Amino acid sequence: MTTIANRQELFGHTPDKNYYTASKGFLSWALTLDHKRIGIMYLIGVSAAFFLAGIFALVLRTELLTGTGVFLSEKQYNQMFTLHGAIMVFAFIIPSIPAALGNFVLPMMLGAKDVAFPRLNLCSFYLWVFGTLFLLIAMLTSGLDTGWTFYAPYSIRTSTAVTYATMGAFILGFSSIFTGLNFLVTVNTMRPPGMGWFQLPLFIWALYATAIIQILATPVLGITLLLLIAERTLHIAIFDPALGGDPVLFQHFFWFYSHPAVYIMILPGMGVISELISVHSRKEIFGYKFIAFSSVAIAFLGFLVWGHHMFTSGQSVVMNMVFSAITFTVAVPSAVKVFNWLGTLYKGSIALTTPMCYALAFILLFGVGGLTGLFLSTISVDRHLHDTYFIVAHFHFVMVGGTLTALLGGLFHWWPKITGRMYNETLGRLSAFLVFSGFNLTFLPQFVMGSRGMMRRYARYDPEFKVFHQWSTFGAFVLGFGVLLAYAVLLYAMKRGKPVAGNPWGAASLEWQSSSPPSFHNFDHKVVMNEPYDFSTQVYDAELDSYVHRRFLEPSKPTTQPQHS
Amino acid sequence: MIAKGFSVNQLAGFLAQTDGPPEAPTFQQGSYFFPVQASTFAADSDWLYYFIFWVCAVFFAGIVGAMVYLVIKYRRRPGVDPEPSSSHNTPLEIAWSVLPSLLLILMFKWGAEGYFDQQVPFDDAEVIRVKAKQYDWLFEYENGDFSGELHLTQFKNYEFRLESADVLHSFFVPAFRQKQDIVPGRYTKTWLKPIKTGVFRLYCAEYCGDNHSNMKTNVIVHLTDKERLAATAWDWAGKKVDVKGRIENGQRLFSIKCAGCHSMSGKRMTGPNLNGRWGIDEQFDDGQVIKVDENYVRESILEPQKNIVATFGPPNQNMPSFKGELNDDQIDWIIEYIKSMGAKATDATPK
Amino acid sequence: MTATELAESAHDEHAHHSHGEFIAHHFDSAEQQYDSGKLGIWLFLVTEILFFSGLFCAYTLYRSHHPEIFVQASTFLDKRLGGLNTIVLLFSSLTMALAVRSAQLVERKKVIVYLVLTMVCAAVFLGIKAVEYSHKWDEGIFVRAYFNLHEHVGHGISKYLILISVPFLVLLVGSVIAAFTYRSLGKQHLFVFFISLAIMFGGYFLGAVGGKVYMNWKTARDAQLAAASIDHSASTTDEHSSAESHDAATPTTKHVAASDAAVVPKANEDADHGPAHLDQDIGIFFSIYYCMTGLHAFHVIGGMIALSWLLYRSILGHWRADYYGPVDFVGLYWHLVDLIWIFLFPLLYLIN
Repeated sequence: MTTIANRQELFGHTPDKNYYTASKGFLSWALTLDHKRIGIMYLIGVSAAFFLAGIFALVLRTELLTGTGVFLSEKQYNQMFTLHGAIMVFAFIIPSIPAALGNFVLPMMLGAKDVAFPRLNLCSFYLWVFGTLFLLIAMLTSGLDTGWTFYAPYSIRTSTAVTYATMGAFILGFSSIFTGLNFLVTVNTMRPPGMGWFQLPLFIWALYATAIIQILATPVLGITLLLLIAERTLHIAIFDPALGGDPVLFQHFFWFYSHPAVYIMILPGMGVISELISVHSRKEIFGYKFIAFSSVAIAFLGFLVWGHHMFTSGQSVVMNMVFSAITFTVAVPSAVKVFNWLGTLYKGSIALTTPMCYALAFILLFGVGGLTGLFLSTISVDRHLHDTYFIVAHFHFVMVGGTLTALLGGLFHWWPKITGRMYNETLGRLSAFLVFSGFNLTFLPQFVMGSRGMMRRYARYDPEFKVFHQWSTFGAFVLGFGVLLAYAVLLYAMKRGKPVAGNPWGAASLEWQSSSPPSFHNFDHKVVMNEPYDFSTQVYDAELDSYVHRRFLEPSKPTTQPQHS
Repeated sequence: MIAKGFSVNQLAGFLAQTDGPPEAPTFQQGSYFFPVQASTFAADSDWLYYFIFWVCAVFFAGIVGAMVYLVIKYRRRPGVDPEPSSSHNTPLEIAWSVLPSLLLILMFKWGAEGYFDQQVPFDDAEVIRVKAKQYDWLFEYENGDFSGELHLTQFKNYEFRLESADVLHSFFVPAFRQKQDIVPGRYTKTWLKPIKTGVFRLYCAEYCGDNHSNMKTNVIVHLTDKERLAATAWDWAGKKVDVKGRIENGQRLFSIKCAGCHSMSGKRMTGPNLNGRWGIDEQFDDGQVIKVDENYVRESILEPQKNIVATFGPPNQNMPSFKGELNDDQIDWIIEYIKSMGAKATDATPK
Repeated sequence: MTATELAESAHDEHAHHSHGEFIAHHFDSAEQQYDSGKLGIWLFLVTEILFFSGLFCAYTLYRSHHPEIFVQASTFLDKRLGGLNTIVLLFSSLTMALAVRSAQLVERKKVIVYLVLTMVCAAVFLGIKAVEYSHKWDEGIFVRAYFNLHEHVGHGISKYLILISVPFLVLLVGSVIAAFTYRSLGKQHLFVFFISLAIMFGGYFLGAVGGKVYMNWKTARDAQLAAASIDHSASTTDEHSSAESHDAATPTTKHVAASDAAVVPKANEDADHGPAHLDQDIGIFFSIYYCMTGLHAFHVIGGMIALSWLLYRSILGHWRADYYGPVDFVGLYWHLVDLIWIFLFPLLYLIN
């Protein structure tokens, strides 16, 4: 029997039963094994890292206003861009979507109570904390001026705190490995009966592909950084040319991890976008299998292209050719995703909600990022563009235009689930617009100055580049304001937003069958299995102001029987 | 051919006055996206760039157009259920996976061909040894001349043998569209053929430390070999017979070997400004005071870590030893030059 | 669209009653928990292999660049000690496998015995390794920058060996004290646990003393051989210095490095690979040797900690026919540690 009363219970627990009111006190968070709380802690952590590194970015952009220096010395500038890069990459982008959003959402998408190894999950969070602390120690002692790539032999010679920073990156690497391992096992062994590989939401496919990369690539970074530490402290001469070592070997090792790491950064973003596009146009994702397999293909090909970072390093002609050729193949699965997202829009019912705005922004920005990658995989053109602002703009389009917009879009999408409250749509859309336009203003001029010969990592530059830099700086502040606005909208909603029931978007994946916010064990009732993009199963119920699975509204079915009674 | 406002005489005067990285002379304007095409590679590379650019532009316009159209056409309207449509269309998906790949094959092919051109020098190329160190360039020519700026002759082939004394650097001349990393402990090579006269920027493209962004110099492409040889020729032995000549020798050596880190204009660079320091009592981090005289300058050149002027000490001690790189005569000339700059800051002309 | 109901018990706050004693709340069954753990440990092993793969790559690269250096350098390593260590680790893999078997069959005592045997083997391995390391350090065989080969003039027990052994001695004594304290407190299981730990740390000294005795014997034998070949001339007075020489080492490798070898050379020093720099190049081999074997030794120590934890749980009798996963998983890890050594041994010790 479906009555209004137990209909409320479908999504409505008493307020003190959800995951963040279930227990109180610092230790109940610090020692929690709940994937949702760990996800929230990650979210706070990575956001803090993001804001710190974001401030560095604005300082950098301000410094670059004139070309002759505004308030930093060259040395300070070098430290600033290094810390910006290192903190953004290791402490923010890599853990952002998998560890924050993924932790919260992945087990619930599987209808599970938790990830396979909750203790390991907490452990990877603390590894993240310690790794980030090491980066901060490096920052507060003698700084770090090697660039986030730690290229030998400069990283062996410099007197800055490279050892602390590499230690931090090493620990963060293990945090990342454990998250990946956890997710991979969870998806393999904890899928509910009836959920085959092709009933997984595409976000899970993306996280799964990401986890594979995390497990296979990160250990190589680990050993590389360990060797670098040994090189600095014991002078083992593996990378140091002065003692007979090979500095190019370091580059090979480093990019063997760091190129796949680019896909650690972007694949989860693509997964989020697949969800957003489909849900907010209420249309089954177009070409599910192509998108799913393209994630795996990208993960696989990502391992074979690291040498394209080294076209000018003096590696052999044959290697350059091979790496260039394989690099072009990565373009194919990436393009497939974009086309399939557009295909999803076709004949949909598209609502320009905030998450959808971010998703559309993602498609455009990732489109530019991906297409400019073609210039760089073409060897002869790359010989000119390598290490110029063209590269800077390219990877920012992929990592910021990609990952950051996906993270924000994902946050807006799942925020009603995470907090149980809805945000202000108008301001949300405004933030998406500001992020999008600010971003383009920042980085489009950088393509031009790059091809004109503006080198990256230059504290001072020739006057001909000034006007581009000034546009870029202006854009950076717009972007910064947009991001602040997005966070403000979300935080305000958490306090004052309108409460929402379980499924405001009418999404069909399982996490929306829980109450908002979810209870401690995620689901208060039996989860009803259905295809993740079959929106016809979701019907709007005015009583609840929420979508509900059709099955719950059929009176004869006992599935809605609350189990507490 | 020669850009407006540029003449070799002006250039010679400009060279003679140089200390420290020169201020930018008038560089020739290129297109919106690129500097001027000054080597044989440039036109090919740019053509390929524009080809990719237009391919991308067409695709991107298609994506934007489709997106805008779909978002407007299929916007959510209350009470209107979406029409059913298929969830996949395998032939279509295969088509849009495979067809763009054909364009990729073209890009790869042309990119690789251009790269082959860049890798295989002509046999008649003059070999120039490029010695990079933090934060200076030194170019050694086949006839034994050396200079801090790169002098080339138009339409001649040059092969560069690149070596680094310390960390990674990268040899990059945007106008030549050529870039090659310089790896310590081994030689790397590249070649090019300039096709335009003028002055072009040469940058270090691989991050190499504090003053990375100042590790730049000029490439001067001359019309004839004669001009090129005149620009780098220097009669060291002939000049060393009198004080004036020794000072000139010292100034030239200084501009090549020292000016990357030490200015004569009063500006603080990686190392102290050396104008007006002769004979003064220099303060040191440990409190002692040493008079700047012949012995101190000599010691600083040969054993730079021994006594470092206050505020330039750890962790900034960057200066390498020039033991073995400068002989006694050369050290003497540099001392004479610094001495000639007197005890208080003056303009950058020797007395 | 077929809607399948899920066998989902998330709501059931009393669910753990239906679970086994050690089944975590978020798993539905012991089998699911075991499968998850098994997949997890396999993935972890994959990361471990990749972690070592960086070093194997470096090894391959430098060996292909300097094959002759590697041949010469490996003659500084004692094949017999390396081989003995290989046997010890192989034997420990056997006992580990038997421990897993016994845990499956819930034979508590056998599990304990096999685990202790495995731990002792691990400690013996470390003991022998300590002798090898300290012997090399006595001769100035360090990593590249500090490589300063000289003939060892001191005799008796190396100060390095003592340095390495001190922590083990402390742990041994501490375990014995803890064991008897707990016995007097009547806590039998802790007594068993700590006495087992004491046996393990004892194993280290078994390996160290055994290794040292062998080294001394070898030294004496080499001295005899050297003396015999020099035809009992006056050189017998130099017995100690020549005693330390390696019979297999060629004269060039005995070249004594310049006194400033411990100073990091200047950046622009020529990378000259002439015979004068041979010692320094052998230093690169030993850089890689110390990285590889050192990292492996850390994994052995990690394994010992994990085994101790297993031992403790075995003493408490935690294993069931459907719950023996931890023993199995640590066992897999231990086999990997063994396997890595099986690769390291021929790559480092058996080059010619």
